Amino acid sequence: MKQKTKTDEEGMRHIISILMENEAGALSRVAGLFSARGYNIESLTVAPTEDITLSRMTVVTWGSDEIIEQITKQLNKLVDVVKLVDLTEGPHIEREMLMIKVRTSSNDSREELTRLVDIFRGRIIDVTATSYTIELTGTGDKLDAFINAFEKTPILETVRSGVSGISRGAKNLHI
Amino acid sequence: MKLTGAEILTHFLADEGVEFLFGYPGGAVLHIYDAIDRQDRIKHILVRHEQAATHAADGYARSTGKPGVVLVTSGPGATNAVTGIATAYMDSIPMVVITGQVPTHLIGNDAFQEVDAVGITRPCVKHNFLVKDVKDLALTLKKAFYVATTGRPGPVVVDIPKDVTADTVDYVYPKEITMRSYNPVVKGHIGQIKRAVKLMATAKRPMLYTGGGVILDNAHKELAQLAKKLNAPVTNTSMGLGGFPASDKLFVGMLGMHGTYEANMAISNCDLMIAIGARFDDRVTGNIEKFAPRAKIIHVDIDPASISKNVKVDVPIVGSVGDVIKSLLREIKASEFKPNKAAAKEWWQQIDEWRAVECLKYKTDGDKIKPQFALETLYDITKGDAYVTSDVGQHQMWAAQYYRFDKPRRWINSGGLGTMGFGLPAAMGVQLAFPKATVACVTGEGSIQMNIQELSSCMQHNLPIKIVCLNNGFLGMVRQWQEFFYDERYSHSYMDSLPDFVKLAEAYGHVGIQVTKPGDVEAAMKEAFKLKDRLVFLDILTDPEENVYPMVPAGAGLDEMILI
Ligand SMILES: Cc1ncc(C[n+]2csc(CCOP(=O)(O)OP(=O)(O)O)c2C)c(N)n1
Ligand SMILES: [Mg+2]
Repeated sequence: MKQKTKTDEEGMRHIISILMENEAGALSRVAGLFSARGYNIESLTVAPTEDITLSRMTVVTWGSDEIIEQITKQLNKLVDVVKLVDLTEGPHIEREMLMIKVRTSSNDSREELTRLVDIFRGRIIDVTATSYTIELTGTGDKLDAFINAFEKTPILETVRSGVSGISRGAKNLHI
Repeated sequence: MKLTGAEILTHFLADEGVEFLFGYPGGAVLHIYDAIDRQDRIKHILVRHEQAATHAADGYARSTGKPGVVLVTSGPGATNAVTGIATAYMDSIPMVVITGQVPTHLIGNDAFQEVDAVGITRPCVKHNFLVKDVKDLALTLKKAFYVATTGRPGPVVVDIPKDVTADTVDYVYPKEITMRSYNPVVKGHIGQIKRAVKLMATAKRPMLYTGGGVILDNAHKELAQLAKKLNAPVTNTSMGLGGFPASDKLFVGMLGMHGTYEANMAISNCDLMIAIGARFDDRVTGNIEKFAPRAKIIHVDIDPASISKNVKVDVPIVGSVGDVIKSLLREIKASEFKPNKAAAKEWWQQIDEWRAVECLKYKTDGDKIKPQFALETLYDITKGDAYVTSDVGQHQMWAAQYYRFDKPRRWINSGGLGTMGFGLPAAMGVQLAFPKATVACVTGEGSIQMNIQELSSCMQHNLPIKIVCLNNGFLGMVRQWQEFFYDERYSHSYMDSLPDFVKLAEAYGHVGIQVTKPGDVEAAMKEAFKLKDRLVFLDILTDPEENVYPMVPAGAGLDEMILI
């Protein structure tokens, strides 16, 4: 798997949502397909749905129209894949969650931090004498912007969930 | 009735109509082997190497259209089978491979003879399963056969831990299966079919390019009707040979790297290409930018992912090729389609000019046996009606060029993976399926040594295969590339220290005949094929310097081929 981040020259970014059988090995079939065929992956998330026999996976990838067509065809060919949709073909909502732990040494820095968290509509979810842990949800760009806003405050740790997406309106991915 | 997992497996295979199980025993499959011994509905064929079991099952599948079935033990049994699984995968051959696995409680422990068979085979199977509970066994096996044989066929691996083969449960044969995640499309889209027929109606230089899909779908009759209706030249890929009769006047031979001049020139000049059950492989297209540059392309294939993968097509039609051709024929009839007679005349005149180049003519040399001549003789002596399996190399290309296949499922070769060592075990599968038929294995002295141990299996199972070894003392295909592209530096392509194949055949209890002179080829072959119940190893010493022509060098277009 080429672990790169998106660039504009290399084609459009696509969010592909996949409903698949919740079977052991399903994830590795998808990951294996991407690495064997040299497709790009920006992120990949997976979890069971309300129907526990099904998992929903979200793959963020990029490539030319031809490559994306091949990716969706090859994914559809996997026997465990029940259905998929390229969310970027229509209006959709994209979300990612970030948790970030930062060092807070003085009261001043704590105040400044709280303001910053408010501006981005994040939440402080854990506090110690020397650190804050903040949770933030949004598009990838918003999370990037938030991380970049920490100029003076030292970042101790970040973790991102990877992107999930859903289409707007009544349209849905369901069997 | 309560049965053990092992018994469920043998019952299921018999209920599924499996005749032969190609396999090799070991610790993880001992319960299964015991169950095999206690039944007589399926016949187990013991091989000498698990790779051979997979190729034999593959040869059985290619010649009959039924799935080949393999049983191997865990660990090295499974890894030995991988080459055969990948070979079947590349050529879309229906196959079910049962691998034994260490007991469930030991999985992941680096137990004795443990490998992650599901993980190792994942990239070269259509699908695979690990059965963790005997309750799931019968249904999983049913799914395996269903997936292997429908849609675009392919190998499916079922990994069964040893404890699962000992556990018991009630067995009922699952007659039907549906899978919500797997529904192959059969019928072509009518809108696309109409668009295709419109293009056919206006084409001046149409051309049919067909591959293994026609054979896999038994669509040769439909293809013949379509070709006749369009009065279009037909070319086959190596996998597609026999899908259209080679003796038909519409046939222009194989295309691609070692295709005929007329096929490659027709491809390069046609204005409509109808690709059916073929996948625009790089060995077929040459430089993709220069492939069929003047043509609109219609592509019929059961696998949507094959369409517009390498070449952007104008009319994609997803569906079973037999079904789609039938729809095309119906639509042609309904549209009162009239072929353009004047254009056809011109097109055929042009093709006949290309044919007149006689690209398959070869120079004869008084005292050296030309491999082409040996294969022409094979064709004559077997009246063009043998099953011919092949290994990989120059001999394979010559067999494809000079043995003119009129029927499907007669030409059995590893096209996609190009697996040396395929020919002999594949011939075993064919001969088992058709005990009375003439089965020839065309091979080279390099390839045959990759599974030579199967001479022993052939003895055990009375398989009177005729091995036609074109012995040029070289890894000929490698030598040819080194001659052309590496200034004749023959790095490790010389086959030194060859065994005496005649004695070797005799050591295994077979007949061996060596042929050294052109004048003896016919008599030796006649003698060999007269021995109906014996395996004969024909060691034919051929011209070591002979090359396969025509040849499209890497990176060139099909119309830039090297002629002799
Ligand atoms: C398992 C495997 N290893 C290596 C190759 C590469 N290879 C392709 S053709 C060839 C030479 C085959 O020699 P031989 O069987 O004597 O046939 P010839 O070309 O001389 O007719 C080789 C080594 C291959 N196709 N398969
Ligand atoms: Mg050789």
